[in-house]
Amino acid sequence: MPDIALGHYLIVGATLFTLGIFGIFLNRKNVLLILMSLELMLLAVNINMVAFSAYWHNLTGQVFTMFILTVAAAETAIGLAIVVVLFRNSGTIAVEDIHQMKG
Amino acid sequence: MMTELPDFLPVLPEFLLICAALGLLMAGAFLREGKAASDVIGLWAVLFMTVSGLLVVSGSGVQITTFNGMFITDHFSVFMKILILVSVSVTLMMSLPWLQYERISRFEFPILVLFATVGMLMMVSANDLMAMYLGLELQSLSLYVIAAYHRDSSRATEAGMKYFVLGSLASGLLLFGASFVYGFTGQTGFDGLAKSFAGVDRASMGAIIGAVFIVFGLAFKLSAVPFHMWTPDVYEGAPAPVTAFFALAPKIAAMALLVRVLTGPFMAMAEQWQQIVMILAMASMILGAFAALNQTNIKRLMAYSSIGHVGYALIGLSVGNMIGVLGLLVYLAIYLVMNLGVFAIILSMRQKGRLTEGIEDLSGLAKTQPLIAASLAALMFSMAGIPPLAGFFSKLYVFIAAIESQMYVLAIVGVLTSVVSAFYYIRIIKIMYFDEPVATFDQPLSRSVALTLAASSIVVLCFFLYPPPLLMQAEEATAALFPG
Repeated sequence: MPDIALGHYLIVGATLFTLGIFGIFLNRKNVLLILMSLELMLLAVNINMVAFSAYWHNLTGQVFTMFILTVAAAETAIGLAIVVVLFRNSGTIAVEDIHQMKG
Repeated sequence: MMTELPDFLPVLPEFLLICAALGLLMAGAFLREGKAASDVIGLWAVLFMTVSGLLVVSGSGVQITTFNGMFITDHFSVFMKILILVSVSVTLMMSLPWLQYERISRFEFPILVLFATVGMLMMVSANDLMAMYLGLELQSLSLYVIAAYHRDSSRATEAGMKYFVLGSLASGLLLFGASFVYGFTGQTGFDGLAKSFAGVDRASMGAIIGAVFIVFGLAFKLSAVPFHMWTPDVYEGAPAPVTAFFALAPKIAAMALLVRVLTGPFMAMAEQWQQIVMILAMASMILGAFAALNQTNIKRLMAYSSIGHVGYALIGLSVGNMIGVLGLLVYLAIYLVMNLGVFAIILSMRQKGRLTEGIEDLSGLAKTQPLIAASLAALMFSMAGIPPLAGFFSKLYVFIAAIESQMYVLAIVGVLTSVVSAFYYIRIIKIMYFDEPVATFDQPLSRSVALTLAASSIVVLCFFLYPPPLLMQAEEATAALFPG
C-alpha cells in the first residue's frame, strides 16, 4: 500500500475546490446549494492549509485554518439571512428566478 | 506563560473605530430615541472617522510594523487610509438625509459602514496573508449586508444575493491562492515572502499559481473585467447611497491591497503578473467604454463607468514601476473626487416625491436648475478626460507611465476607449442642455449634498491651477512601496 503524501491531499483539495466552483455555476435549482458549494470551496482550502502545515512542520497553516473556519461560519450566517429576505420578497429561492436585473 | 503585548500605537485608528462601532451598536440597541436615533449614530460615526483620520495623519509616516509584522503603517497606508476615510464619511453624510427621507433609515447602517471601514483600513495595512484575508472578509461581510440593506425591496435583496455569492467565490479563489503561496514557501508574512521569492531566479510554479489566484480574487473585489459580472446588478439594485458607497471606498481599498501585494511579496515575479494585470486593464477599459453606450439607468451607467476607470487605474499597476504606481494613486484620488460629485447629484434625483434613476430624467436640467447642471457638466467633462479638468490629468499620468515603459498598446487602447466613453458622458450633457425639460427636481438639495457637489466641482475645475499638494503626497506614498 503506497504512503499518503502531500500530493494526495492536494489532489483531494483541488478536486473539492473545483467541485465547489462547478456547483456554483452549473447549479440551476436552489440558492442553498450555492451556499453549500461555497462552504465546500473553503473546506478544500482548509485541507490544503493543514496538509501544507504538516509538510512544513509549522503551525501557521493550522492557525490560518482556524480563522477560515470562523469566517466561513459568519459568511454562511449572512448568506442564510440574505436567503431569508430574498424568500420573503419573491417567494422563491430558485436560482432561475433571480433575474430581475439584466443587461 | 507571559507574552509581551504588541505595540498598539500604529493600530490606534482601527482600534478606535472598532471600539466606536461596538459602542454605537450598544447605544443603538439600548437607547430607543425614535426616528432621530439613526441620524445621531450616523453623525457619531462620521465624528469617529474624522478622529481616526486625524490619528492616521498624526502617525509620522515612517514605516512601522507591529503584531509580529502582520500590520504595517507607512506613507502608502496613510495616503490610502485618508482617501478611504474621506470617501466613507462624505458618502455617509450624504446618505443620512436620503435614508431618512425614504423612511429606510436604521441605526445599523452607519455601524455596518463603520465595520466595513475598519476592514478596509486593515486591508490597506495588511502585511501578512492572514491579516489580508481577515481585513478583506471584515469588509466583504459588512458589504454583503449593506447591499441587501433595503430588505423590503426585491431588487435590493437580489443585488445582495448576487454580491454575496460572487464575493464569496472571490474570497474562495483568494484563499486557494493564499494556501498555495503558503504551501510553496512555508510562510505567510509579506516580508518573508518577498525575501524567499527574491532569493531564487524563478519562483516555483505553485507559488505563481497562488499569486495568480490572489490577483483574481482581488480583481473580483475591484470589479475588473472578466470578474465584473456583479457590478451592474448590484449598483442598480442597491439603494443609491449604498451604490455611492460601493463605488468608492471598497475599490480604493482593494486597489491598495492589490498594489501592496504585487509590489511587495510578488515583486520578484513581476514579469508574470504584469501580463495578467495588463489583460485585466485592457478588458476593463474596453468593456467599460462599450457596455455603457446604451444604458438608460444612471446607476448602471456609473457601474460601467467605474469598471472603465478601474481599467485606467490598472494601467499604472501593470507598468509596475514607481511612475506607474504614482499615476495610479493620483488616478484614485481624482476618481474619488469626481464620483463624490456625481453621486451627490444621483442622490438628489427625485421628482414629485418619487426617486428617478433614468438618464432621460435629467432632460432640460440646464433650464430648471442651471447650477446643478453646470456642475454635473463639469464632472462629466472631467470623467471623459477633457483638458484642463482634473480627469484629464489623472489619465495623463497613467498614459505617460505606460508610454515611458514602452507599453504602447496599453496607452493606445486607453486613449481609444476614452474617446468612446466620452460619447456617453457628453450625451448626458447634451440631454441636460438641449432636451426639453420633463419635470424639475424636488426640493433644494440637502446641505451635505450641496456642499459635496460644490467642493468636488471646484476641485475638478481648479485642480490644474495647483496640483503639487496631491502629487507630493502621492510621491511620498509611492516611495514607501519602492525603497531604494
